[in-house]
Amino acid sequence: MSATVKPFSVPLEAPMGLPMDRVDGHAKVTGEAQYAADFHSADLTYGWVISSPIAHGRIVDIDARAALALPGVLLVLSHLNRPELASYDESYTDADAAEGSPFRPLYNDRILYSGQPVAMVVAKTLEQARMAAAQVHIEYRSEPHQTDLNAQLGQAHKAPAELPKPRGDVSAGLARSSAKVEVEYQTPAEHHNPMEPHASTVVMQPDGGLLIYDKTQGTQNCRTYLEQVFGLEPGSVRVVAHFVGGAFGSGLRPQYQLTLAVMAALKLNRSVRLALTRQQMFTFGYRPPTVQRLTLGSDADGKLQAVKHQAIAQTSRFEDFTEHLVEWSGMLYHCDSVELDYQLVPLDVFTPLDMRAPGATSGVFALECAMDELAYAAGICPLQLRLRNYTERNQNEDKPYSSKALRECYSEGAERFGWARRTPEPRSMRDGHELLGWGVATGVWEAMQQKASARVVLDGEGRLHVSSATTDIGTGTYTVLTQIAAAAMGVDSDAVHVLIGDSSLPTAPLQGGSFTISSVGSAVQQACTALQKQLLEAAQKIEDSPFADVSRDQVVFIDGRLRLKADPTKQLALSEIVRSSGSGQMQAQVDAEPDSKKREPYATASHSAVFVEVRVDEALGIVRVSRVVSAIAAGRVVNPKTARSQILGGVVWGIGMALQEETQMDHDLGRFMNHSFAEYHVPVHADMGEIEVIFVDEQDTIVNALGSKGVGEIGLVGVAAAIANAVYHATGKRIRQLPITLDKLL
Amino acid sequence: MSPFSYARPTAVQEAVQLAGPHARFIAGGTNLIDLMKENVERPQRLIDITGLPLHEVADTVDGGLLIGALVSNSDLAWHPRVQHDYPLLAQAILAGASPQLRNMATTGGNLLQRTRCLYFYDTATPCNKREPGSGCSARQGLNRNHAILGASEHCIATHPSDMCVALAALQAQVHVAGPQGARQIAFADFHRLPGDQPQRDNVLADNELITAIELPAEGFAAHSHYLKVRDRESYAFALVSVAAALDIDGHVIRQARIALGGVAHKPWRNPDAEAVLIGKPATAANFRLAADLLLDGADGQGRNNFKIPLARQAVVRALTDAAQAMEAA
Repeated sequence: MSATVKPFSVPLEAPMGLPMDRVDGHAKVTGEAQYAADFHSADLTYGWVISSPIAHGRIVDIDARAALALPGVLLVLSHLNRPELASYDESYTDADAAEGSPFRPLYNDRILYSGQPVAMVVAKTLEQARMAAAQVHIEYRSEPHQTDLNAQLGQAHKAPAELPKPRGDVSAGLARSSAKVEVEYQTPAEHHNPMEPHASTVVMQPDGGLLIYDKTQGTQNCRTYLEQVFGLEPGSVRVVAHFVGGAFGSGLRPQYQLTLAVMAALKLNRSVRLALTRQQMFTFGYRPPTVQRLTLGSDADGKLQAVKHQAIAQTSRFEDFTEHLVEWSGMLYHCDSVELDYQLVPLDVFTPLDMRAPGATSGVFALECAMDELAYAAGICPLQLRLRNYTERNQNEDKPYSSKALRECYSEGAERFGWARRTPEPRSMRDGHELLGWGVATGVWEAMQQKASARVVLDGEGRLHVSSATTDIGTGTYTVLTQIAAAAMGVDSDAVHVLIGDSSLPTAPLQGGSFTISSVGSAVQQACTALQKQLLEAAQKIEDSPFADVSRDQVVFIDGRLRLKADPTKQLALSEIVRSSGSGQMQAQVDAEPDSKKREPYATASHSAVFVEVRVDEALGIVRVSRVVSAIAAGRVVNPKTARSQILGGVVWGIGMALQEETQMDHDLGRFMNHSFAEYHVPVHADMGEIEVIFVDEQDTIVNALGSKGVGEIGLVGVAAAIANAVYHATGKRIRQLPITLDKLL
Repeated sequence: MSPFSYARPTAVQEAVQLAGPHARFIAGGTNLIDLMKENVERPQRLIDITGLPLHEVADTVDGGLLIGALVSNSDLAWHPRVQHDYPLLAQAILAGASPQLRNMATTGGNLLQRTRCLYFYDTATPCNKREPGSGCSARQGLNRNHAILGASEHCIATHPSDMCVALAALQAQVHVAGPQGARQIAFADFHRLPGDQPQRDNVLADNELITAIELPAEGFAAHSHYLKVRDRESYAFALVSVAAALDIDGHVIRQARIALGGVAHKPWRNPDAEAVLIGKPATAANFRLAADLLLDGADGQGRNNFKIPLARQAVVRALTDAAQAMEAA
């Protein structure tokens, strides 16, 4: 695997733009980094969740006598004896909630989905709790269930999503098209499955407050949720997640282990730890299955005349989960006649949940496969077709892009891949008993920014303490915030200490959507600017100060010093300024908001072009992804090393999505069945061929002060489509249902 | 998980005396521990056999190999004699699991691993193998990984081992100790078809212990190949696997062995499919003939129908590769 890092035409100020090692790397590889289930406290107790075996019905009886008689067992918690919970839906509505009535763990006797937590055993040891859980006898009354999206398509209703209004005339556009495709694609359910399972350690504080170590992407989201659901005094709950072992969206909403652990802690007035098993990681949110119909028409030159994208996705009976599934089809290419439709089918399942590049992953897969089909229908090279329909404007919003270097992604990616040597006919490239196929697809993701706050504190030793409630879900937030702060403050990166993952720190949004650096990074940058102003003012008050009459633009902050531009010998260490100020430290805190005046006239997005080579064993149907080139336009890259890791991870995820990943539901039982890492397949190293990442030069002065768009999701979008398109090129078989397992190619 | 007692005997007879219907032997524990965590297995006693003197690999007087039951899968795969004389076995072992699991898993334990049927592992679902009489969820359910040969109305599970497929082709003998003494079981007779007792994977009595596997001298080192077809390149169970071994004299096949994995409750062989190749040249046409005979009577359950053509193609490929193995080396 390799990466091309070319110098950007306008580089970021160092140490931004440098491939700095992770500042938390040492702590992680030595085990010093502690995760939610690693924390201990005196008289800690342990929970074990009991899950429903049925998909729909009621709990008739819970007989916990045998369990309670076992040694060490303290509590069998269920809807029958839980603490009081809020009555109204609003209390359960968290920052990432879908529309509807959020799931309430252990609320009543109703079973809404298979795997639902129905009880929890708490004991003095984990083993005692686990053993007792098998001794709790629960009687259920089953009611009929529906879990099969394909069988219930007739039950679809309009999704509560704000879709772009139809534009132009799709029927007329199709009527004048010389090339047309009308095709249906299906994507399966996928579960996030971060390495670290969801866990919460609730530590009772002497004052009755709760200190909670939780696996989450939003410490403040969880804090507020708990205060509302349990009616707790504001300020009595603190949620900490210094390290998060991957999340991919699974930690955006407070998950049920958190609610259960707090219930037990309140009931027992003792500290409680609850960690879910891998099997239980399949009992909450997931990427929803979709059925998508794409109708595309073009003229003889391949110019799009009509785009119609109709999607139907699964949701639960209690919430309408929506994601940006079809919007991409109205913005990725120029087309004046577009119709988008999005419907939901409620089933007896848990509510889906945002999962890495939610919506785009599934929606762009369908669009980009359909574009490939259109290329063949029109007899045009798939890459050419995309170039002929290139758009500088987002027609959904009728705005120009703040920047869009997708054309460079196509050209640089194609050159690196060797696309020009591709022979267009399917089955035209062969090596022994393997058919070779080359495919391409485009990726797109929004470049968003949210409100965020950050605090910077400079101490008398010249150390800069940067804090915000945001988390690092493994993406490199610690490292990138260190670089941003060091550059903005003019100090060495070794002097920067980042403290995040704590609800008591300055307000930050959920970590997701690829907007953390854009949002929190901007806040850190602005906080540093504010602190520099204070430092200059303090420096001016020092006796015989060389800075007495200078303005901000006459000085620089560099190497931990304040220096006069005109005479670099006139300088003061920042630590000295702090000490002279009389207080032990100086600090600034800012609430940063997107510059909406600047951003409003523009659409903002990151883009990618993904080129893939597959090798397909013709007799056995085995597909191997031998080469991937992913060319990314995501503005300026703050850390090429961690950014590249994000793209590599996205590509590998795309390989899994294309060829392996699927949570399999037994619809008779209404239950996901392949709930283990042995049977739920994600790629292993042997599945990964050569992966090359290119960051193309993209300057953007609109999106934010950093000119950085985020790279958490863009690496995944388009990969599965490029693989599916390569499989078609190799075999002549168009597989429209993911994953492309070998049985579909026999 | 339920409480259990634990014993660590140092002699084979001591171990078998401790055994019984509610006891389980444990060595590497790579499968049993998982099953205990899922409440699929609830032994009242665990008999840790790692202290028994069954760790040796020794030559037999007639040129074969006697492999102690506690030899790890890794050690066996990389043993010089296995590498040199039984490359089919080495390939099969290394196609299974992951290096970490192979370091823990033992030769005897490999024979006793349970099926990977999704329903067998989930106590919320009916499964005749786990709970006789409760029904078979897989027949109407998720049966993509299930049997196309030798299944019964009670169970359509497959045996998941790779190593056993090679051992079947090599016609190994299983050495067993029990309270009444030792006996040997031909590999073909060791595992059983589900019939109406799918809870029984093999013919071992509750108090019998595998002590060794014996390989005959003939290892088909010149012409053998293990082909495993699976959903990813590593750490996945076989959809179909083939252990193919040929003895070729010039252009004529003198002896053939073909065993299929992932298709039945046991490694699948059919003497007719092997006999048809004897005296014939090693051609694709002849291999197809053998594949057809081997798949004779194959029947899909719906989602696993693809295994029938896949197994045919895999047999032809494995035999072709076996025939060419020497030239390639």
